[in-house]
Amino acid sequence: MNYTFQFGDVFAAWPLLLKGTWNTIELSLLAMLLGLVVAIVCAWGKTAGPKPLRLAINVYIELIRNTPFLVQLFFFFFALPALGLRWSAYTAALTALVINLGAYATEIIRAGIESIPKGQIEAGLALNLKRHEIFRFVILKPALKAIYPALTSQFILLMLSSAVVSAISADDLTSVAANLQSQTFRSFEIYIVVAGIYLLLALSFSALFRVIYKISLNYPDRR
Amino acid sequence: MRTFGFPEFLFILQAAQWTVALSLIAFIGGAIGGLLVALGRTSENRLAQFVSGGFIQIFQGTPLLLQLFLVFFGAPVLGFDINPWVAAGVALILNSSAFLGEIWRGCIQAIPAGQVEAAHALSLSYFSRMRFVVLPQAFKIALAPTVGYMVQIIKGTSLAAIIGFTEITRAGQIINNATFQPLIVFSVVAAIYFLLCWPLSLLAAHMERRQAAALAR
Repeated sequence: MNYTFQFGDVFAAWPLLLKGTWNTIELSLLAMLLGLVVAIVCAWGKTAGPKPLRLAINVYIELIRNTPFLVQLFFFFFALPALGLRWSAYTAALTALVINLGAYATEIIRAGIESIPKGQIEAGLALNLKRHEIFRFVILKPALKAIYPALTSQFILLMLSSAVVSAISADDLTSVAANLQSQTFRSFEIYIVVAGIYLLLALSFSALFRVIYKISLNYPDRR
Repeated sequence: MRTFGFPEFLFILQAAQWTVALSLIAFIGGAIGGLLVALGRTSENRLAQFVSGGFIQIFQGTPLLLQLFLVFFGAPVLGFDINPWVAAGVALILNSSAFLGEIWRGCIQAIPAGQVEAAHALSLSYFSRMRFVVLPQAFKIALAPTVGYMVQIIKGTSLAAIIGFTEITRAGQIINNATFQPLIVFSVVAAIYFLLCWPLSLLAAHMERRQAAALAR
């Protein structure tokens, strides 16, 4: 092998890479938050809703989980505008990420909700808590605690799959890398550095999730 | 301008064979690599543990798309002539080795320690211990999650479209560029993926339920 690595061009572009990294963080965090809301609503609908609603949620989950994210992204970015909806690549990317994560997280949270013993809910009723209070304090919080590891690894998978939104140039880290490589032709060096940044992001996110767990969910379980 | 008709549909449908072929390559290669990774992770050799652990961390901690780019742009650097076929195959094999390895590590570790100790007591070699005691039992537990992971592999092959490999998604892009009917084109593309993946998802769920029922007895 007689190839000289030249990282100069890559490191010279650090402001762009930093901006791209920030965009990926922002996009992922927004998608995680909104996706979690979608998932909680759908998980509630799936466990306590009327039958037509349960059916609709099942169709949504199966459709999303059995098609590739790239195709969903193309659908939101190319197909929906053909119906008259005008939106930017960033909004389309965020919507696709939220809808994708929502489907996976619904199944995870539903499993958590179903693991709550019935006696616990009856205890809530006996204490005269309102329906939404029971859901919020007696069902949801212990459910989230129970499935926390699965949920957070799904979040990290989402952050990694957000690289795919570069296919519609949504300004994320991988889009920045693709632009840089078309200007400098130092593709291998650029993608090595960017892959390293993603690895750091994945490690940082999992550290962040551990801190969140310690702060908000680290109470003793009674069995 | 072309409109979306039967020939266009057929073009996308024919591309499905490349999706299936690529998925099979990724699965078979990933199964071999994944077994090595899982054995490395569960072995008593510190070096094997470290290498397979690092391998899993790197391939589960970076996007599949970047792995694809690194193989595609990195192979010429190392002096290999490469085309999208080979690049997609190699990247998907490495990626599924890491994920299958991690799934199977869990299955191997789920085998009760007494089984391994009994094999030791019978003075079985490492190979016999794995071949006749641990792996056959781990295989049973691993079946459902492995079928479930095949769905992820099929979906992962869609990323090969980005480096120009003509599978279902790329075929859809080509037809879309010719017809400007994205709604129907990408609906058809999604429907083909759905028909490939859904039966596998149902099978995995079915197997999981049967296994849970068997364990409950």
